[in-house]
Amino acid sequence: MNMLRVSVWRGGADGEYRNYEVPRQESQSVLDVVTYIQRNIDPTLSYRFACRVGMCGACAMTVNGVARWTCRTHVAKVAKDNAIQIAPLANLPVVKDLVTDMCEFFDKWARARGRFAPGATRKDAFARVASDSPERVAANAGIECIGCGVCYASCDVVSWNPDYLGPAALNRAWTLVNDVRDTAQRERLAAVAGDAGCHACHTHLSCGERCPKNIVPTASIAGLKRAVALAAWRGEL
Amino acid sequence: MSGAAQGYAAGTAAARGANAKFETWLWIAQRASAAVLALCVLVHLATIIYAVHHSLSGAAILARTRGNVGALAFYTLYVLAIAVHAPIGLRALCQEWLGWRSASLNWVIGALALALFVFGLRAGAAVFVG
Repeated sequence: MNMLRVSVWRGGADGEYRNYEVPRQESQSVLDVVTYIQRNIDPTLSYRFACRVGMCGACAMTVNGVARWTCRTHVAKVAKDNAIQIAPLANLPVVKDLVTDMCEFFDKWARARGRFAPGATRKDAFARVASDSPERVAANAGIECIGCGVCYASCDVVSWNPDYLGPAALNRAWTLVNDVRDTAQRERLAAVAGDAGCHACHTHLSCGERCPKNIVPTASIAGLKRAVALAAWRGEL
Repeated sequence: MSGAAQGYAAGTAAARGANAKFETWLWIAQRASAAVLALCVLVHLATIIYAVHHSLSGAAILARTRGNVGALAFYTLYVLAIAVHAPIGLRALCQEWLGWRSASLNWVIGALALALFVFGLRAGAAVFVG
């Protein structure tokens, strides 16, 4: 039987790689490989997944040094010499094995005011937003984020500055900046400005290159820079 | 919660707002000065290439710059753009590479900006007065 050599990170931040051999199968995903190890070789292996179909964003890991969603990553695409290395996501604290603590990642969404601030009541009519309006088109470009953390793990600026809000949180803020119903625009722009916000982005574009949903957070962050600069110019920041 | 997150949570909303304003204006200043520099560097390079191709001596160059208000105005603008642009970029480098984020950094960077401006103006004035 054709066996795949798999090197998997075990333990916490001071852990180590351990080697396993997993039967190679057709159309096998990296998540299939991790699941095989846990169910057939070592049940103590910890990892996170939920939907298995690229919707939930739970199964992101570092595969051969690159952050990926493992449920939609075929082994055939990433294996080199019939071997792969699997590690937890970078830039996040390791809880155990392939599980990272995502608290800081999602706290930053809140810090970037990534929640919708409604202004209408149930007595008001539905807001009408034309699907081809510039704001709706801009929001559409970033709205499909599944919160997997791949962009955050791939961002150099996050690794340099632990306070940096990161591509996902800033992308979320940009979709709301373009939500014409939202009533917290001023507070949001103030929240995403500064050396922990959009101005720290170096436009390396790693986030957009690695995003499994083909979102380009760098473009969203550039939009935030323009919006924040305009607000500062008008004295509204 | 990480130390950085605690530091952030401890900061007041007003302080964060002031920080956002300050950082945004620094960003605008760096982009605006970059636009000025793009033009100034081209003119400066063209001047150097002209001087070299025409084998102009130091004395010949001084003869052209002495009393030349246009040259003085150009190099004053050039120096101003450098004094704004370079320190802001260096500040970002110090923050990201050295982790230097305290208020002392702003004072050092401010002193550097002033030094670049003063020494640059001095050089510009020297070739103007001759």
